[in-house]
Amino acid sequence: MSILSNIIDAAKEVVEVARTTAQGMSVTLSHIPTRKETVSYPEEAVTIYRRFRGEHFLDVNEDGKEKCVSCFLCAAACPADAIYIEGAEDQRPYEERIGQDHRYAKVYQIDYGRCILCGFCVDACPTDAINHGHNFEWAVFTPGEMVKDKDFLLANKWREPDVTPNENQLHLAARQKMDKLNIILK
Amino acid sequence: MQPKEIVVPTSSISMLRRPDPLADTQMTVSLGPQHPSTHGVLRLELVLDGETVVNAIPDIGYLHTGIEKTMEKEKWQQVVTITCRMDYLNSMGNDLGYCLAVEKLMGVEVPKRAQDLRVLLTELNRLSSHLVWFGTHAMDLGAMTAFFYAFTERERILDIFECVSGARLHQSYFIIGGVRWDIPENFPALVRDLLDRFRNFLDECRRLVTGNRIFQRRTKGVGVISKKDAIDWGLSGPTIRGSGVNWDVRKAEPYSGYDTYDFRVPVYHDGDVWSRYLVRMDEMEESVKICYEALDRLKGSGSVMADHPKLNLPERDLMKQHIDVMIHHFLLASEGFTVPIGEVYQSIESARGELGYYVVSDGAERPYRVRVRAPSYVNLSALPAMVEGQLLADVVAVIGSIDIVLGDVDR
Repeated sequence: MSILSNIIDAAKEVVEVARTTAQGMSVTLSHIPTRKETVSYPEEAVTIYRRFRGEHFLDVNEDGKEKCVSCFLCAAACPADAIYIEGAEDQRPYEERIGQDHRYAKVYQIDYGRCILCGFCVDACPTDAINHGHNFEWAVFTPGEMVKDKDFLLANKWREPDVTPNENQLHLAARQKMDKLNIILK
Repeated sequence: MQPKEIVVPTSSISMLRRPDPLADTQMTVSLGPQHPSTHGVLRLELVLDGETVVNAIPDIGYLHTGIEKTMEKEKWQQVVTITCRMDYLNSMGNDLGYCLAVEKLMGVEVPKRAQDLRVLLTELNRLSSHLVWFGTHAMDLGAMTAFFYAFTERERILDIFECVSGARLHQSYFIIGGVRWDIPENFPALVRDLLDRFRNFLDECRRLVTGNRIFQRRTKGVGVISKKDAIDWGLSGPTIRGSGVNWDVRKAEPYSGYDTYDFRVPVYHDGDVWSRYLVRMDEMEESVKICYEALDRLKGSGSVMADHPKLNLPERDLMKQHIDVMIHHFLLASEGFTVPIGEVYQSIESARGELGYYVVSDGAERPYRVRVRAPSYVNLSALPAMVEGQLLADVVAVIGSIDIVLGDVDR
């Protein structure tokens, strides 16, 4: 008798496993007609939110003059010591110099091997010179290439999808390759 | 003359407890540190008798980051950028614990709106953390599909984090005194959309995994830890609530206004993997309830930073016009602020259990010491007690059920 009841129990178990597995499969099947969740990046553009903290860009004012006055506040606020600046004075008149003030950054480097994209430099900047862009594609072949210099950071602004340079700023943009980011801002 | 006895240096505990290699049937197997089921870089030294586990020794330290030490080098406000890097699946909770501890030390009152926002985002983070656990736990036991669905939902939560804070994993959104920015316009709609479909998603999970007979047989009666043992090991979070102990920091020592929310703490009594699974699944439902309530409270507007001259950076327009405000801005951004001398312990309920911060200030602009009581570390210590006498395949189920994050274990 006990053998028979064992067989019945085992059969019940098999039926139960089959039933619950089929129940799970029904969930899977119900998902097949629904919309695809994946985006085949980089062929398709990805959606990025406006606040996204990507690679920085250095801003210029409406005359194309660099906003950075080399006050070192971003470097002081940086928790990862990623920013290196060398300041200098430029006593030429406004039309001839590159910065909006006499003081400007001769060297401005951000080491993206160290940067943690916390945004504290952007909060600290008193002249709104440094901002977060939306770029996140920064694969490189050597660690040294992760250190981005001032020209790169200045040109980063023109890569943003919703920024177009005016004629004052075109000379700088023309020097750089202006491939716009393949993103949609939301 | 007797030669002096040679003292063998025992650099690790596991060396002391290593079994006699000549003992007949036992053998030692290394599980990890690159095994996918260990959820990170955990190495388990398993002493096996056939397929039965005689002893399991967790070997940690592969992901040691020295974050506790790094905190002593950063200024008070800068520390929030690295707290989230410990338990990277529950980053909002980690930031919250540190911020609450320092606010307690400074005696700062956080505005109501910031508190509600913190509760909402921490609960969303709990959901996203539990989704990772759900996906990987089910995948460890052979259910691949659940992983994809869980990560789809998690992606929506990360989108919400990106929308509000600008980063998906390491948000650094909570700072001492409140949160960094107010919510954007499309934020409430995004959250409501997620919550509305989340109940449906949980229902799907139940049909897909919870109801599955194979999954139940892999988890019921496996990795049992009794109520008394669970308390003695100092477990916390879903791991102890699966052993029948009703203990949740949100209820026991409420913070951020959790005492004003209506939610239930799910408790199951069997102490096995299945109980811990059910606790987390029910907890997700409660989190959704809290999120709805917090979202309703966020209607309207208000300040999101405490009214404290040292915590707030000055208004940008004022700063650009007045030299004295500019100097204040420079001092705050470059040197930070000081915190009164003292020490404080503040714990919160993270997705994994009691996450405690013990913060010591010597009156300088950097913490003197920050000690983190990490839930994963304590929960992992009870793993040998749970897997002893179980089969090798069950070890994987037990590791999944205590939901460790190695970044939290090693710090």
